[in-house]
Amino acid sequence: MPPEAKLDVALNCPIQIAAGESILLGHGSGGQMSGDLLRNILLPALQNPVLDRLDDQAIVDVGGARIAFTTDSFVVKPLFFPGGDIGTLAVNGTVNDLAMGGAVPLFLSLALILEEGLPLDTLRRVVESIRVAAALTGVAVVTGDTKVVEKGSGDGLFVNTSGIGLVSPGIRLSADQARPGDRVLLSGTIGDHGITILSQREGLEFESAVASDTAALHTLVAGMLRASSEIRCLRDPTRGGLSSSLNEIAARSRVGIELEESAIPIREEVQGACELLGLDPLYVANEGKLVAVVAPSAAEPILQAMRQHPVGANAQIIGTVTDFHPEMVTLRTSLGTSRIVRMLSGDQLPRIC
Amino acid sequence: MKYLDEYRNQKIARGIVAELARRATQPWVLMEICGGQTHTLMRYGIDELLPAGIELVHGPGCPVCVTSLETIDKAIQIASHPEATLISYGDMLRVPGSRTDLFHVKAQGGDVRVVYSPTEALKFARANPNRKVVFFAVGFETTAPANAMAVWQAKREGLKNFSMLASHVLVPPAIRALLNSPRNRVQGFIGPGHVCTVMGYREYEDLICDFGVPIVVGGFEPLDLLEAILMLVTQLEEGRAEVENQYVRSVTRGGNPHAQKALAEVFEVCDRKWRGIGAIPESGLALRKEYAEFDADRIFGTEGVTAEEPAECISAEVLQGLKKPPDCSAFGTRCTPENPLGAPMVSSEGACAAYYQYRRYATASKGNH
Repeated sequence: MPPEAKLDVALNCPIQIAAGESILLGHGSGGQMSGDLLRNILLPALQNPVLDRLDDQAIVDVGGARIAFTTDSFVVKPLFFPGGDIGTLAVNGTVNDLAMGGAVPLFLSLALILEEGLPLDTLRRVVESIRVAAALTGVAVVTGDTKVVEKGSGDGLFVNTSGIGLVSPGIRLSADQARPGDRVLLSGTIGDHGITILSQREGLEFESAVASDTAALHTLVAGMLRASSEIRCLRDPTRGGLSSSLNEIAARSRVGIELEESAIPIREEVQGACELLGLDPLYVANEGKLVAVVAPSAAEPILQAMRQHPVGANAQIIGTVTDFHPEMVTLRTSLGTSRIVRMLSGDQLPRIC
Repeated sequence: MKYLDEYRNQKIARGIVAELARRATQPWVLMEICGGQTHTLMRYGIDELLPAGIELVHGPGCPVCVTSLETIDKAIQIASHPEATLISYGDMLRVPGSRTDLFHVKAQGGDVRVVYSPTEALKFARANPNRKVVFFAVGFETTAPANAMAVWQAKREGLKNFSMLASHVLVPPAIRALLNSPRNRVQGFIGPGHVCTVMGYREYEDLICDFGVPIVVGGFEPLDLLEAILMLVTQLEEGRAEVENQYVRSVTRGGNPHAQKALAEVFEVCDRKWRGIGAIPESGLALRKEYAEFDADRIFGTEGVTAEEPAECISAEVLQGLKKPPDCSAFGTRCTPENPLGAPMVSSEGACAAYYQYRRYATASKGNH
């Protein structure tokens, strides 16, 4: 290619978020639009080798120790829902981001952004949930901050937690480690959290027996690591769902992933709600599930270890890593045909009919 | 899952496909009318299973896709009004109007909300008497009865702050327009199962009289569609042209009389412009003059809004089954779900988005074609 042509390509590089445009809800979906925000605005400004790995946590060497470090903000509506509340999410979410790096979670920070007028009772309930969740996971909240914004400038309560954990020598889990032949394991049913939240939203309420799956996954990960060291990478498929996590792994490792539709566990209630609303459960959020890519020989022992843990009881081998179609996730349907599982652009939109 | 897995059974599907291969002695071009059917065909890769020569083209039955550009522009104009709350089904929000879409209007401070049912919009209007609440009523005969009931209820309650931007469309006039086109290639139709659940299929018998093209009313699960295709091919091979009902668990010849009564009470047939196709006479439903006080078009003075469709978008040909989405030079490059040129790339039921979302490996590995 002549140099002029290169220059032309560079000048015409599509910038998704042009000047004058503004943030849309879809930028927070965990799909393509969230990725564009990262690639076009955040990464160019803040680039460094640790950040560029784009895993759920950063792992840095500090005085010979390997420290895992992560942060997450929680903006869920409603604040309380079947199975948990914003407080349990804020602890489990950050603990899980550490656990996906193979870290033992140790300490959390807690930052609260409170809207003027928030009932103190609501705050007490959330803080109690945080206390219980932290005690259950064995992490301590060791620092924090509170800010209050005017009524109308927040949505009751926003929570941010950061977490620090310790990674043992020899553990290297990263989204770029998947290799052809590896197996893809899923720890349980998908879509429980997203469908629970949707069923509680104003204007969209429907009756449902589903509860959020919010759970800490670090002891599950510890059990898996005891069963085999040949785990390539772990992800917790939160917003954007299973599809987004697998697409990220496929892209970062430059491999293809083939899923078996019939092997992916889904609760009947979740499947039913998705059918009714025109949603694909592969894109619906989870808060207590992990997807693992492991060496072929390690798949069985790791699966058995997962199934012995309460949050992994429904674990399944759901697919295989392949070199056949790099950076693409495909799914073998119940009819035996195959289709692509793309990263979604923004949020899934309920269909008209 | 009970009542679903039975309709997604691989063994039965292979059996129907084998029977299809036995019966088809020549190529046939069939069209599925509904966007929901297109979605299932793509999601399950059903066209991969069909014997060579059985070609499916994708019809105009995606309500999001055929809603005219000016109707979208009207909704955008209304949503930008400081006193208005525009309430819509979710998938209308990303449909591009002439200059922007409802998501951007919302980001700029417009009050835009998503519901699953027009009764939620009524509830919101009752609870917020200071807001001018507008329900964005699009869709085929399927969604129209519930919307009719919402207006009827509002009138009965004397609700003054509720209105409707109604842009309903009807299936039979669209089929008639397709069959009248000199470029028509379609030899048989999979009829719209949910529309016929409401309306029955008597109206489709007139189409058979006039055009002699078989119609099989079909459902939305993979086996529904395969069975409907088999029934169509059987008719074509035997030289018959009749209305047959594959979707018997939902559809009767007379349809749902209560829903039809609600429609007739609130709406009247009108001419309607379809995105990508143009004006089709007597192909829409508009509020009757007895319900004019609930017509958002009048309340917000948007009756005069007009719009031109982007020249590059070939959705006209796609929605008429003349071209497949990958035939478009903009497909997957200048036109993606992130940046759609036309409506069929927006909704998950739109033919272009369905191809883009699920296009099988064979298509994808060759790039965008």
